[in-house]
Amino acid sequence: MELSGILAYLVSLAVMAGIYAVFCLGLNIQWGYTGLFNIGIAGFFCVGAYTTALITTPKPTGLYAQYVQQVIGLDLPFIVGILGAALVCGVIAFLIGIPTLKLREDYLAIATIGIAETIRLIFNNEHALANGPRGLMGLPQPLQGLVDPRHYNYIYLTIVVIIMVVIYLLSERAIRSPWGRVLRAIREDEISAAMSGKDIFKFKMQSLVFGSMIMGIGGALYAHYTKAISPDVFTPLYGTFIIWVMLMAGGSGNNKGAILGAYSIWGIWIGTKFLTNLLPVTLKARAPYIRFLLIGILLEIILIYRPKGLLGEEKKVSKFLD
Amino acid sequence: MVELFVYGIVLGSIISLGAIGLTLIYGILRFANFAHGDLMTAGAYVALFMVTGPFSWLGIPDHTFGALSFGWRMLLALPVSMVAVGGLGLLFDRIVFRKLRLKGSGVVILAMASLGASFIIRMLVLILWGADYRFYRPGLLRPALELPLGVKIRPDQILILLMVSFLVSVLHLFLQKTKMGKAMRATADNMDLARISGIDTERVIIWTWMIGGALAAAGGILYGIDVQLHAGMGWNFLLPLFAAAILGTIGNMYGALVGGLVIGVAQQVSTAFLLPTYKPAVAFMIMILILIIRPQGIFGGSHS
Repeated sequence: MELSGILAYLVSLAVMAGIYAVFCLGLNIQWGYTGLFNIGIAGFFCVGAYTTALITTPKPTGLYAQYVQQVIGLDLPFIVGILGAALVCGVIAFLIGIPTLKLREDYLAIATIGIAETIRLIFNNEHALANGPRGLMGLPQPLQGLVDPRHYNYIYLTIVVIIMVVIYLLSERAIRSPWGRVLRAIREDEISAAMSGKDIFKFKMQSLVFGSMIMGIGGALYAHYTKAISPDVFTPLYGTFIIWVMLMAGGSGNNKGAILGAYSIWGIWIGTKFLTNLLPVTLKARAPYIRFLLIGILLEIILIYRPKGLLGEEKKVSKFLD
Repeated sequence: MVELFVYGIVLGSIISLGAIGLTLIYGILRFANFAHGDLMTAGAYVALFMVTGPFSWLGIPDHTFGALSFGWRMLLALPVSMVAVGGLGLLFDRIVFRKLRLKGSGVVILAMASLGASFIIRMLVLILWGADYRFYRPGLLRPALELPLGVKIRPDQILILLMVSFLVSVLHLFLQKTKMGKAMRATADNMDLARISGIDTERVIIWTWMIGGALAAAGGILYGIDVQLHAGMGWNFLLPLFAAAILGTIGNMYGALVGGLVIGVAQQVSTAFLLPTYKPAVAFMIMILILIIRPQGIFGGSHS
């Protein structure tokens, strides 16, 4: 492979890792700072991606309409799609939070698994909604005419990095505010936070909704990157599990760790692909399973031997202390 | 409708086997075991291995019992697989969960570790057997019996009901009559209190994994006999299992039994007006309803 080919490969790797970093930042708000156990990330991933697809593509007409069904097609710009994805995910998070946030912490986990599976089933079976299992394609990409299509990924990488940095700065700002301190107080000791007069339910709900909106943005960024989406992408493996491993590896409760985790685990994930290419042909068909097995084992090792992850949490976050 | 109800009881009895183990582990070890569905998958595939592997090399006859779809090989594979999967649960406990317990990790970290375990088990099944659908006896015609009210039922399904009744009765006697059963109930009630009254809680934990794993394996095998085997089957059972355990109050074995039957019937009856692929979503909706109306489950006191 020549140099420009390698560079193009690295750019595509950086785009995907950047999108995963957005998810990690969203999960970090929920888990890292508030202790909310959301294992239905794939659901928000899916809704974010489909929402922007329905907002930014035109409704099919003529012959094309016989092959592609979608409930709406607004043909609006990329930025509207991103905001719409965040909004819809926020609403869903709010609805799921109502019955679960007042209960034991692990009930939220079970409920979020349920919502993720249900969302995937709906997109798979309701053909009129978004074309069923075949999914939607032809999503527009922003600033497409600007450069040669071969080099477009550089533009998209810039967009992803800008959005990632904005979310990072917003999240850092929020976590260093009194609001962020309440979230951490709830995570450490719910009862004493409640005794200090904080409305636990309200703060947990805000954290859940805020984090899920970020996940929606991640889903939308993914959809515009691949330009084609179908329900089978949003499985618990690619949509939830790997994001958890990233955050745990990088360091939950640390936004820099969330980004570091996304890039390093995605690097490892891609790296194992080259390793499994060395396997004998008979095993090659099952190589993805071997790679996921290794990721699963990695999670257990992190949980047992390095629960704080690579960076660990910054204990002092106030700018008035040092 | 009557027929769907009967099929629902069959499915529900399988769910119950999983849910009882889940609720025991939840009650005694205090965490949501997300690997429980995949323990069912593991059980089904271990039996597949025994039936097609060692038992056929040993020359154990392959013919079936009368109208049933299985014979001696499966009858022997069932206990082997139950012990093996109980051991698998125990192995994960020794390697992962026990270490986390001793470090004082929270229940959420244990639940996350179990999520990791679930993926590890599923990936091992996929590596060893691939992603295709499997049958214990491919290509076998399975005639159904006609019961009154136009209900068609296969002999296998009657056997599934008998088998589940047998296993649940054995467990009931174990929990009520033996010392270990009593110790398990005491530990589920209050682990610290059980420990200071001289109960060896580590032994209780070993028994919990063995029983939970064995029942999950039996559930997976019976589902494999009734329908088919697939690496994702256990994951699809996860929501029904949790719905059943929560409906019947976490930690309550009898509640899980009832909960499993209710969820199974609801899932089957829903196919009269919903696509069958929505079955996990039906279980999920029921679970959300319980969480809103009565989060402590039908057998829970108001104190919990």
